[in-house]
Amino acid sequence: MGRILALTPLLIAVVFGGFFLWGLNPERDPNEVPSVLISQPAPEFALEPVAGVDTPGLARSDLTGNATPVVMNVFASWCVPCRAEHAVLTSLVQRDDITLFGINYKDKPEDAARWLAELGNPYARIGSDQSGRAGIEWGISGVPETFIIGPDGTVLYRYVGPVVGEDAVGKFREALVQSGAISREDL
Amino acid sequence: MLRYFSLILALSLPLAALAVEPDEMLDDSALESRAREISKELRCVVCLNQDIDSSNAGVARDLRLLVRERLVSGDSDKEVVAFIQARYGDYVLLKPPLNEKTYVLWFAPLGMVAVAIGIVAVAMRKRRKKSVPKVLSDAEEREIKQFIDQHKSGETT
Repeated sequence: MGRILALTPLLIAVVFGGFFLWGLNPERDPNEVPSVLISQPAPEFALEPVAGVDTPGLARSDLTGNATPVVMNVFASWCVPCRAEHAVLTSLVQRDDITLFGINYKDKPEDAARWLAELGNPYARIGSDQSGRAGIEWGISGVPETFIIGPDGTVLYRYVGPVVGEDAVGKFREALVQSGAISREDL
Repeated sequence: MLRYFSLILALSLPLAALAVEPDEMLDDSALESRAREISKELRCVVCLNQDIDSSNAGVARDLRLLVRERLVSGDSDKEVVAFIQARYGDYVLLKPPLNEKTYVLWFAPLGMVAVAIGIVAVAMRKRRKKSVPKVLSDAEEREIKQFIDQHKSGETT
């Protein structure tokens, strides 16, 4: 009994040490908000097209029945990182043949139209979410956010923040491979 | 007098500077106070450690409006919270719910107290055992007597 008691400080030290080690992990982001949507069906929403842009609107029904998993990006013209991310998304569409949908979050249609005219429009469909209500349905906390949705309408992956830079793009491409949108050779 | 009054006014101004804007508020004061109570329990997903009632973030405002909209359409307080929880997860609740995932969180303190009580109890029992006075055996008594006698005779010489 005494021997077991003598070991308790060591045991406590190991437990706490393990916890600290976990906390020191640079990969861990304490600000990360876990998403409830992963592996869940995409939420119900239906958005009008952006006025002045020649791209159809976006609804829940557009996310199902696609041949491959699709990427849905939440963006806005007022969002500075979205500008940087735009090039990455465009390359996904042009190089990897990804179907890209967009939700134009809390944006004025004329601003969005100007933004797309300037940078190019890689989106197959864009829903205009001026009230931000669809954003709440998707549980987003800011822009940009990017989702991968399976052919059956299941949310497979969520990336919070801009997919910009080697690490982020690598992570996102890995998720695309996992979901089956691109093959591993394209990585 | 006026100086004191303006001082009090100036000090109380920050209290009035709340995030809830007049255009968000409901005309029905009963519903509005329910909305305020619900808002205080919901986490702002942008600022993380602030409730949506006191946050100026855009999403917080949207959520406040949503809470009020649900209340007006006849939801109970619980239904409103459940609606938002379904979209943002348990994380949106400032008070963590009791479920399988949070058992450790809720019961670990109790467990730690139990372990501490156990350790103290064992240690105390040990100490008490040690302090029990022992009666010397006859042989020991004789030995001590002999030692003292020897010592005494040594002293005198």
